[in-house]
Amino acid sequence: MMTMTGAELIVRLLEQQEIETIVGIPGGAILPLYDALSQSKRIRHVLARHEQGAGFMAQGMARVTGKPAVCFASSGPGATNLVTAIADARLDSIPLVAITGQVPLAMIGTDAFQEVDIYGMTIPITKHNFLVRSAAELLEVIPQAFRIAMSGRPGPVLVDVPKDVQNQLVTFERLPAPAVPDPLPPLDETAIAAAARLIDEAERPVLYLGGGVIHADAAPLAVTLAEQTAMPTTMTLMALGAMPVDHPLSLGMLGMHGARYTNFALQESDLLVCVGARFDDRAIGKASQFCPEAKVIHIDIDRAELGKIRRPDVAIHGDVKAVLQALLPRVRAQLRKRWLSHVASLKSRFPLVLEGRDDPRSHYGLIQAVAKALDDDAVVVTDVGQHQMWVAQAYPLRRPRQWLTSGGLGTMGFGLPAAIGASLAEPQRTVVCFTGDGSLKMNIQEMATLAEEGGKVKIVLMNNQSLGLVYQQQNLFYGKRVIASNYRRPTDFVKIAEGFGLETLDLDHSEHPEADLAAILRRPGPALIHCSIDRERFVYPMVPPGAANTEMIEG
Amino acid sequence: MIEQVAEPLPTSGFEKVVLELEVNNHPGVMSHICGLFARRAFNVEGILCMPLPDGQRSRIWLTVFADQRLEQLIHQLERLVDVLEVRRHGADHEVFVQLERFFQ
Repeated sequence: MMTMTGAELIVRLLEQQEIETIVGIPGGAILPLYDALSQSKRIRHVLARHEQGAGFMAQGMARVTGKPAVCFASSGPGATNLVTAIADARLDSIPLVAITGQVPLAMIGTDAFQEVDIYGMTIPITKHNFLVRSAAELLEVIPQAFRIAMSGRPGPVLVDVPKDVQNQLVTFERLPAPAVPDPLPPLDETAIAAAARLIDEAERPVLYLGGGVIHADAAPLAVTLAEQTAMPTTMTLMALGAMPVDHPLSLGMLGMHGARYTNFALQESDLLVCVGARFDDRAIGKASQFCPEAKVIHIDIDRAELGKIRRPDVAIHGDVKAVLQALLPRVRAQLRKRWLSHVASLKSRFPLVLEGRDDPRSHYGLIQAVAKALDDDAVVVTDVGQHQMWVAQAYPLRRPRQWLTSGGLGTMGFGLPAAIGASLAEPQRTVVCFTGDGSLKMNIQEMATLAEEGGKVKIVLMNNQSLGLVYQQQNLFYGKRVIASNYRRPTDFVKIAEGFGLETLDLDHSEHPEADLAAILRRPGPALIHCSIDRERFVYPMVPPGAANTEMIEG
Repeated sequence: MIEQVAEPLPTSGFEKVVLELEVNNHPGVMSHICGLFARRAFNVEGILCMPLPDGQRSRIWLTVFADQRLEQLIHQLERLVDVLEVRRHGADHEVFVQLERFFQ
């Protein structure tokens, strides 16, 4: 028999789950758990500067490894500060286990100091959540939390543990086995055969890959399917990297800021093979006018996605990797010369134009220069805004899990902590974090964490003194009535980064920007690279919100 | 100016259905389920919940209007960890018929 406190039990169960790094911030209601963590030889704790930063660092770890990552926060404000990072993980299907301290059981519901109903608050933004009412329950709850986070469509799980439960003694015979993912759903052979027939019969098919392809480690199979059946392939923001951008079948990203030829090719398709994507409005524009002539095959692990936006002709509920594996031997090898040459002509008539790509101090040029200095092992993280779309359009992504971005929730402030998390999980890689001046300010305190941990994280700041995407929309769609989108007083980001202890490079004052950039990207340790960019350069092409994808506007 | 407009939801002319849910019996389950219906403005006309004899599980009976989102909503219900099974019945299911006298 073993006897230990609830807090010690949590730490043991986390060790068993092979958790090596936990990010968090302590506070009154979670101190027993931190006390138990201090005795762990296997888990290291990284102290964030804000709980939202802790949540996003955990996300960064989960996004590069595909394994559940853990963050800790105390009750009340500690827990509410995690909320944005949890919601973000939900919308992008990231496996996250958030453990929060709570006031003692008897005080729950009495408006005790630092009490909030984080269980109630996180119901709609978690895959599942728990309020633990006895230390014995932890034996079941902690493995369940991991099982739920990583099974099927991954997602965040919150475990709220009252302080007295952390201190309570529990006696048990043996530790439960570490959690493993649920078995995959059975293969729907009939639907797979029907899908194979549609692919064989189609004349103008397009393969449409979503983040589910990355989560299921199915990217190589998706590429094989595209090659075998000669299907041009588009990717959502979440799937970038699934097919190398320079693959001859790649159409790049679709949707609001996709290339014109990509959206035009989709418009003409007669079959859309949707794999692990969810017909998000930013990807498909006006739903009723998206791929109007296409039949649809929809493959997803989450049954609730099938038919949510677009009724598929063939719906396949299943693990996309298993389904692609079963589909491959059933589809005919094809060349589809006519369709591919038509797509090629669309591409030459309506290409993605990367203006200023040779000037390392313009937005596209800076992205190109960074890419030139790095190889495919680097991890590319973004914040949210214009820079995010420019990087999505222009960075040569070639590897699954190379690209970390906040897609569904679109959280400004995601970039820096997610980049730190990626570096914590895979310290051998260079992690580059493209950000804007609006986004960086939203979690700038994590520069302190970065300086302390010392990972090879390079922040590339595109500074246009504004909330650029808001400024762009006000100019394009709100009669140039610009309000609350420009910063009146410039911030000295270089000085701030130096204050936190980062190395810096200001490209505005560099004589040899490309060489200086390459040099600082090669050096070990964290750095801020600052570059002023033109506020009047917008993200194009752009599908106006609510319009059809073919109604793109150009600059 | 272009506004983001989703297709408006049809609001009338739908038949009622009765849903029977088997769920884990612990505090919080009702919040998970009711929250799902409330968020999508799915009108729950009637709700009835009692524990099953084993005490581990409960049965929830719901009457709702079957608009075109119902099938997806049932999938979303099935996705909840504490929901073990969802069965669909016609509006004339006796469970609510027998209750009617308590609401007169």
